[in-house]
Amino acid sequence: MSIFDRSCIVTSLALAVAGCATTDDSYVARPGSAPRLARIATAAETAAWDISIPPSGEGLPPGRGTVKDGEAVYAARCQACHGAKGAGKPVDRLVGGVGSLKSASPVRTVGSYWPYATTLFDYTRRAMPLTQPMSLTHDEVYAVTAYLLFLNGIVDENAVMDARTLPLVRMPNAGGFIDASRR
Amino acid sequence: MRSPGIAVAALAAPTAARAADDIVAAPRWMQTPGVPMRAYGTPARFEEKTLRTVTPSYGPAAPGVGTSRTPLHLLEGTITPSGLHFERHHNGVPEIDPALHRLMIHGLVQRPLVYTMEALARYPMVSRVCFIECAGNSSANTLPKPAQTTAGAIHGLLSVSEWTGVPLSVLLEEAGIAPGADWLLAEGSDAVAMSRSVPLAKALDDAIVALYQNGERLRPEQGYPVRLLLPGWEGNMNVKWLRRLKLTRGPTHTKDETSKYTDMLHDGTALQFTFEQGVKSLITRPSVGMKMPGPGWHEITGLAWSGAGRIRRVEVSADGGATWRDAVLQGPALARSATRFRLPWQWDGNRALLQSRATDESGAVQPTRAAWQARYSREMRYHNNMIQTWDVAANGSVSNVYL
Repeated sequence: MSIFDRSCIVTSLALAVAGCATTDDSYVARPGSAPRLARIATAAETAAWDISIPPSGEGLPPGRGTVKDGEAVYAARCQACHGAKGAGKPVDRLVGGVGSLKSASPVRTVGSYWPYATTLFDYTRRAMPLTQPMSLTHDEVYAVTAYLLFLNGIVDENAVMDARTLPLVRMPNAGGFIDASRR
Repeated sequence: MRSPGIAVAALAAPTAARAADDIVAAPRWMQTPGVPMRAYGTPARFEEKTLRTVTPSYGPAAPGVGTSRTPLHLLEGTITPSGLHFERHHNGVPEIDPALHRLMIHGLVQRPLVYTMEALARYPMVSRVCFIECAGNSSANTLPKPAQTTAGAIHGLLSVSEWTGVPLSVLLEEAGIAPGADWLLAEGSDAVAMSRSVPLAKALDDAIVALYQNGERLRPEQGYPVRLLLPGWEGNMNVKWLRRLKLTRGPTHTKDETSKYTDMLHDGTALQFTFEQGVKSLITRPSVGMKMPGPGWHEITGLAWSGAGRIRRVEVSADGGATWRDAVLQGPALARSATRFRLPWQWDGNRALLQSRATDESGAVQPTRAAWQARYSREMRYHNNMIQTWDVAANGSVSNVYL
């Protein structure tokens, strides 16, 4: 942990002196120091690449989508692989199985297993459809997210998903995970 | 020398001379010049069956999703040839031009940074010989019926390489860790932008941003031009084609750390963030698909490994775990790498149930099948480190059985 502690001290001082991280003139190679061969990333560059969405919803983009819009997106872009209404085949089932996890034959779907709705937005945007990832608009991702949450009985048919409403969705299995990282 | 369970063989005296027709005075390859030098070598054509077992997950719907498994039963020593290292891809292998690839470090840092591959290659590097094992390795043995496929097909989501690259701690120190950061998100540049959350403590401990595998630049299917290496932790976290590290407060809860790679228990809850691969061993010879040529001297050999550190001990049983003998561990027994074990065996020609059981330096002992199943849901497919049993029949055939 010594490197961590040292970094904290160094960076705290750097903050106090430099003030603004993106115009850090102190980031140049010096004899005896770390190589410092990178360049500073601009705010526009980090924004362009930062597509990960945590449960807080921080970083969710502008846009919105309804259940009805999502039904059309799903039929056009998702159904060929995930089946009608998320029933699965040839790839993962997305709907149903709520209440089955304790049974002898647990069915893990977005509805029964996934702890956060934000993960559905994050993964759909970065990876779906596999034949053409990153091709959906933000409105389409919000809409298909709304549709899948509706099919799972988690939101009603009038739901609208956007940066404000999505993080508020409470998933049925949100309390089903035990964090083993701190053991 | 005999024990009830396993008879240890002494080296036998030389047997009679081989039949005379084995001996050719001047084989044809001694009577003509050999082929000239080549710029890059390939295996002997007589070894063309030493191949990975390729298993697409979804078929034609998504041909780039699936696995290929290392033929552990056909290999010796501990290092996996780079071309036989296992693969687990979530949407194919991207073809990345290193001149256009960038690694970004941002989030809770003082200085968000962008590295070119040319710049990264100038950084001070370290090498580590370590295993990577997919969390889903050996999942076939969690199914109700034992698969009669090779040891490689069942357990070959395990490979060992010498990885060389830049300690991640060096790059994080350059970026400057901001107060509050305790995890980072690692993201790949493949066609799913595969992403996982990693505790910052591991990133600062022994994590590497790897550029080389077994001395050469990474193979495309191993993350060219740069991958994350987290020694001893489940393969999925060793993000290939690494493009972005975002320091965060808390984990991001990505798809592959919530809906997948979580460990279901009997009560329907699931353990999340079980990173370290448990202590495990496997007899690679004899194993399924091999035929014992007859009673007499045989070497039992295999691999043992643990995400917790070094292998301290491997025991072998020929009677399904009733009695055990210590195998010889072949050095160097490196931490978070695989250790080769060997035991000479005098097979009497009767049915034998072969098992190996590893113990690591933390004192953890590889669990029996019953102990593992007592812990997890019947649907649990990850982190299977239960003891494997090979059933050697009197006719010399070897099958996979559950004990």
